[in-house]
Amino acid sequence: MIRNYDKLIFEISKEGRTGYSLPKNELSQYSLAALPQALQRSSAPELPEVTEFDVVRHYTNLSNKNFGVDTGFYPLGSCTMKYNPRINEEICSLPSFTGLHPEQPAECAQGALEVYYNLAASLAEISGLSAFTLNPYAGAHGELTGLMIMRSYHIQRGDLKRTKVIVPDSAHGTNPASAAVCGLQIVEVKSTANGTVDVEDLKPLLDDTVAGIMMTNPNTLGIFETEIPEISHLVHECGGLLYYDGANLNALLGKCRPGDMGFDIMHINLHKTFSTPHGGGGPGDGPVGVRAGLENLLPNPQVKKNSEGKFYIDTDDASLGSVSSFLGNFGVAMRAYTYILTLGRENVKMVGPLAVLNANYVKESLKNEYYLPIEGVCKHEFVFDGLADKSTGVTTLDIAKRLLDYGYHAPTIYFPLLFHQSIMIEPTETESKETLDEFIAVMKLVAKEAIENPEIVKSAPHTTPVRRLDETTAARFPKVTYKQMKG
Amino acid sequence: MKYFPHTQQDIEQMLQVAGLKSLDDLFAEIPAELQFNREFALPEAMSEVEVRRFFEALGKKNSNLICFAGAGVEDHYAPSIINPIISRGEFLTAYTPYQPEISQGTLQYIFEYQSMITQLTGMDVTNASMYDGCTATAEAMMMCVAAAKKRNKVLLSSTVNPKIKRVVETYAKFNGIVVDVISEKDGVTDLQELTEKLQAGDVAGVILAQPNFYGIVEDYTGVADACHANKALMVMNANPSTLAVLKTPGEWGADIACGDGQSLGIPMSYGGPYVGYLACSNALVRKLPGRIVGYTNDVDGKRAFVLTLQAREQHIRREKANSNICSNQSLMALYVTIYMSLMGEKGLKEVNELSYSGAHYLAEQLVATGKCTMAFDKPFLNEFAVKTNVCAAKIQAALLEKGILGGVRIADDMLLFCVTEQRTKAQIDTLVDVIKNI
Amino acid sequence: MSKIIDGLFYAESHEYVKIEGEYGYVGITDYAQHELGNVVYVDMPEVDDEVTAGEDFGAVESVKAASDLISPVSGVVVEVNEALNDSPELVNADPYENWIIKVQLSDASETENLMDAAAYKEFIKE
Repeated sequence: MIRNYDKLIFEISKEGRTGYSLPKNELSQYSLAALPQALQRSSAPELPEVTEFDVVRHYTNLSNKNFGVDTGFYPLGSCTMKYNPRINEEICSLPSFTGLHPEQPAECAQGALEVYYNLAASLAEISGLSAFTLNPYAGAHGELTGLMIMRSYHIQRGDLKRTKVIVPDSAHGTNPASAAVCGLQIVEVKSTANGTVDVEDLKPLLDDTVAGIMMTNPNTLGIFETEIPEISHLVHECGGLLYYDGANLNALLGKCRPGDMGFDIMHINLHKTFSTPHGGGGPGDGPVGVRAGLENLLPNPQVKKNSEGKFYIDTDDASLGSVSSFLGNFGVAMRAYTYILTLGRENVKMVGPLAVLNANYVKESLKNEYYLPIEGVCKHEFVFDGLADKSTGVTTLDIAKRLLDYGYHAPTIYFPLLFHQSIMIEPTETESKETLDEFIAVMKLVAKEAIENPEIVKSAPHTTPVRRLDETTAARFPKVTYKQMKG
Repeated sequence: MKYFPHTQQDIEQMLQVAGLKSLDDLFAEIPAELQFNREFALPEAMSEVEVRRFFEALGKKNSNLICFAGAGVEDHYAPSIINPIISRGEFLTAYTPYQPEISQGTLQYIFEYQSMITQLTGMDVTNASMYDGCTATAEAMMMCVAAAKKRNKVLLSSTVNPKIKRVVETYAKFNGIVVDVISEKDGVTDLQELTEKLQAGDVAGVILAQPNFYGIVEDYTGVADACHANKALMVMNANPSTLAVLKTPGEWGADIACGDGQSLGIPMSYGGPYVGYLACSNALVRKLPGRIVGYTNDVDGKRAFVLTLQAREQHIRREKANSNICSNQSLMALYVTIYMSLMGEKGLKEVNELSYSGAHYLAEQLVATGKCTMAFDKPFLNEFAVKTNVCAAKIQAALLEKGILGGVRIADDMLLFCVTEQRTKAQIDTLVDVIKNI
Repeated sequence: MSKIIDGLFYAESHEYVKIEGEYGYVGITDYAQHELGNVVYVDMPEVDDEVTAGEDFGAVESVKAASDLISPVSGVVVEVNEALNDSPELVNADPYENWIIKVQLSDASETENLMDAAAYKEFIKE
């Protein structure tokens, strides 16, 4: 029944109720009423009037209509939905850190700066680069920051004509969008039949207008780009830089480092690889790393350590500028650092192998029922192109919705765009063989249903708090607030 | 390792299914010279006991100070129930609500967030939140240029927080946008200069702040008309907590409102995570970047919420998208939604009353020490600037010694003080005594 | 089977232009609206904007796709179909009746680079 709770907070509001308590005003002789009338709002905002307990019940009930990694298996490809340890939450909530004002002098925030500095150094070691900034707030933000570094590098060398960035046709939409925000033009390089960058197609694109190339490795199909040494050589030879989109870093943790592959700039999604919670879409964290020689281009402010071991905040004139108010999502960095310390050097290196093992196990177990367009060992994720049996009329969307009925989050669907019915599955290293076995059994069951009883799949989900939604009306006549909804 | 479920037997069975002999076989295609074969230079694994001890020791290297600093981040009361609610795994460990059927919790609180932010700002619509106030303002600037089509200049008041200015200018530099700074006069935007620059007819938008960097509540009468007469958009970066009492961006006639939601009870946490908000008029909704949640029904006619207007976004429009932002700052949006629910209009008003009273008392007392004078004779709410006739750095140092984070130094002889509902009269008196005795 | 009307000119990007004197009415073809699915929004230029053959002048959005509108002709926009602001679904109902922009043509000979109905019919069959 609790799943049927359907009130908005505004609908349980009752005039006269309050949910707060504040100290008495000891200085009430100084009253806001003295502020010029012309500067005050004419009518009060319509916010709910509810008790504290109302609020607790309301949001607890809402949470019951949600699905998280804590609820069940979440094989969302490219999103690395791994377990989010609670010790991370406890540590980032320590009052000795949460009470720090960002303008606090560095000598009064040495502990916080040490976390920043040491996490940045740990990420540099793990990725084989020289230095990291933790200022960018999210993956896309890190990507934009990284491209700003790329452009700054060329501009500061006086090489102003490098305004193109090469992006594989399999890339996520964020790559070209970030490039555009950064003022770069996008040139697409084609993929080969197995989804990797087509080196022969790349060669003619490389000239003195190319600022660099953006790649993930393994790529968006979960395939390792084995030609990366050649690509690195070609791009560097033409004067460009290599950008590594860290979306798929989890696959390689402990096995291979972007810096060693020849990448010059990269971002890491701490909310993917380093277990910080996705939070329903944020806050994420997108630290950016660079190879030696590019450090001073990193965004301001920068955290440094002096010869006495004291940490301080610096600004560099060569820096690309600033992308954040202060030092980024510091609380998220605290979580990631906790995770790295908990894993330790002996376990960080096991993340990639176990994640890749899980992916290959699921892939091999399901490839009779689902069409596997690219055979062979995958990395942390892989893509099916819909059902093996194409005669049922059951689409990828239907399969995704049916999985919800069975208590699973759906995989990523209709991405990458290289196939029409993409189903992208990423089981992370924190999932057990038993969980995977149950998921495999359900995927097989859905494939069977698609043949024997396709209607039940096409009309899924049936058991969720709400069923398929009318997205067309929502987009044609958007109602995005309570006021608009009431009409 | 407690996070890895694999037994040796599991590994062997799984490898067998995959047709492989060892974990190394999973990476066989990676050229040998790229394989990482040494130990990471990282500490050994710590137990939970050790992790706690480690961070407690680090925490002791920070000083917890009585905060009179503002400049964009304020020490507000955080109600006790917020953290337990946002820590529920169903909220904390979910991702973006791509599957609305099992994400109604997230979708509905975003809808509630949008409803409340529009109430506070007096705007028609808002997105599901941004990273922070600085990036929200940069996005607002890009919206102006996108809406104007053939104009690429924005005017930025010099009374906007320099931290915001820095980020806006960085985005502008790479995006090919020209930022022209409007001077300030007596701590407020020079409206005459603004009007003159607008008349050139090449301005896409104007970015203003409320309250401004000095804490002054500026009078923007006539600005919206001047903007619109010259086909420019008016952007107002406003502190959302103060909008419970101040004339709203909507009432000023702004086209876009943006800012940082930190003042809605979010812990200072050394700079983040916070949440940016970005709201606008109906006319601009298709130019609004980021996620937006809308109301709809399911096939059974049951009310539901869903991500909408997605065709504007990067995963569909790629390089033609309004912005590269993928997600939002969802959990922090939930944080401020719960905060606004608890406080309601009355609680927020009381927060502003308490802050106003404390700030005005402090201002009066500081002037009475003879060491400070008001930098500007302008109305303010919870923050104000003073000129000091002793070195501002010296004042800060003396306060630090007493465990007080004094004003933010904005010039050698200028300090910016902020007072929130968390400060007591006794704390204010202590601060004043320290300065008196310098 | 997608509807194709004789007498119109068609572009490979699935826009049509109907010529009436010095004006051209530009819209998307029935085939295009069908491929897109439910249209939720049409992003249109403003009156007096210039359009150039082969360049985009707006976009048509469905729930999870967006398609750039490429102008088949050059000229100045003299009218936009305001009805589409409130009722984008008209594009689905009858894309030929519900043109998107009316253009004052700067070069009438540009239609020579476009397909006629028969050629377009062949084109979408491929």
